[in-house]
Amino acid sequence: MRRTVWHRMDALSRQLTPVLLTLVLVIVGVVAFHVPGWARVAPLLSLLAVYHWAVYRPDLMPVYAVFGIGFLQDALAGTPMGLFTLLYLMAYGVVVSQQRFLTGKAFFVVWIGFVLISAGVMALGWILISALSAGVVDPEALLFQYLLGVGLYPMVARLFLSWQTRILRPV
Amino acid sequence: MRTLAQRFAFVAGMLGAVALIVLGRVDVSTVETARQQVVDAAAPILDALSQPVVTVNRLVQEGQEILNIRSENAQLRADRERLMQWQAAARRLETENQTLKGLLNFQPGPAVSYVSARVVADTGGAFVHSLILTTGTDAGVRKGQAVVTGDGLIGRVASVGKLAARLLLITDLNSRIPVVIEQTRVRAIMAGNNTNRPKLIHLPTGAVISKGDRVVTSGHGGAFPPGLPIGMVSAVSDTGIEVQPFVDRDSVEYVRILDYGLEGIIRDLPSAGGTAASRRK
Repeated sequence: MRRTVWHRMDALSRQLTPVLLTLVLVIVGVVAFHVPGWARVAPLLSLLAVYHWAVYRPDLMPVYAVFGIGFLQDALAGTPMGLFTLLYLMAYGVVVSQQRFLTGKAFFVVWIGFVLISAGVMALGWILISALSAGVVDPEALLFQYLLGVGLYPMVARLFLSWQTRILRPV
Repeated sequence: MRTLAQRFAFVAGMLGAVALIVLGRVDVSTVETARQQVVDAAAPILDALSQPVVTVNRLVQEGQEILNIRSENAQLRADRERLMQWQAAARRLETENQTLKGLLNFQPGPAVSYVSARVVADTGGAFVHSLILTTGTDAGVRKGQAVVTGDGLIGRVASVGKLAARLLLITDLNSRIPVVIEQTRVRAIMAGNNTNRPKLIHLPTGAVISKGDRVVTSGHGGAFPPGLPIGMVSAVSDTGIEVQPFVDRDSVEYVRILDYGLEGIIRDLPSAGGTAASRRK
């Protein structure tokens, strides 16, 4: 009996790690690095994580967790509240609906998926922010931010994939 | 979306997000208070995370300084010579100013006090230009106060909680600052556009502005004290007049929040100081 309780607690704590890792990335994404030019184009690290877990383990990245991640991103980044919440949920919805297509595909296909999804998120974010603000957002910095995110994705995904085999395999 | 419950949760989440955006427009204070509470909670974590970053940056900087020590020394000698001349000029002007103030029975403005704060987060990427500071209402910081570094104005306090405050940079899309060209006294509004080069708008017709003009706050509207240095006009073209700010956002570690005892328009209109100005365009 005691063993099963510990077993369950162990499994549960492992299952929580995808969401916790994503929350950590939200916070790391806003830390001031004091690197010239970085802050203007800092990639949306949390979007990388939301996409990754939605593709590989949607069971461990439920809708309400995505809502919470978007909420934290909005609160810390200073974007209008609800903006990233909405964008992340939309991205999540699209990915989960394409689950059948994405499962078991080569990593390259998943990466192309991220290229498309993050392009959609950036474009929609650009429209929404420009509509909610006093002017139009500079598209140049946005493009660099997008490219940085796309370029970083394989590295972050590698980290998460090894996490999946080491930490999440038993659950 | 396998089960009905998941589908329902998804739709509810989307509706919640849309409601949040709408609520953020309608009831600004509630949403901003909620946001500030999250920022307050995250501030200690951000503070701890930014410490090693600062240490590494300082080491790199010290290395570079040692490499450049000779040329920097020569530069500083030249600067010192130039500044000595300026000091003499400033002394003379100060005495003259005192005499003239005495003649006019000039009433000096209120004394300035300030609060220093550390920058712990630089947020938003291309969407928003803002910083999070480790200071709050406990230290007497209020919304709308001007924030400066040694180089000049960097922004204003956009929201403030108990432990943390959000600083809206002068380059942000929603930043509108009444400015004046220091030499010619031409008034304008400096509007941020999420690039490193904010633009001057609402210029009087026939105003002549040239590259290299110094831009300072005008103090109109009562939000900022007059005369804070902002930047230099870097380009004048058909597309607009660009200003290069004196403050380099990336290298800022500490800032000063000024308290001039100004009440200002920002406190009267808590619903985003920028939108009103832009609609008048």
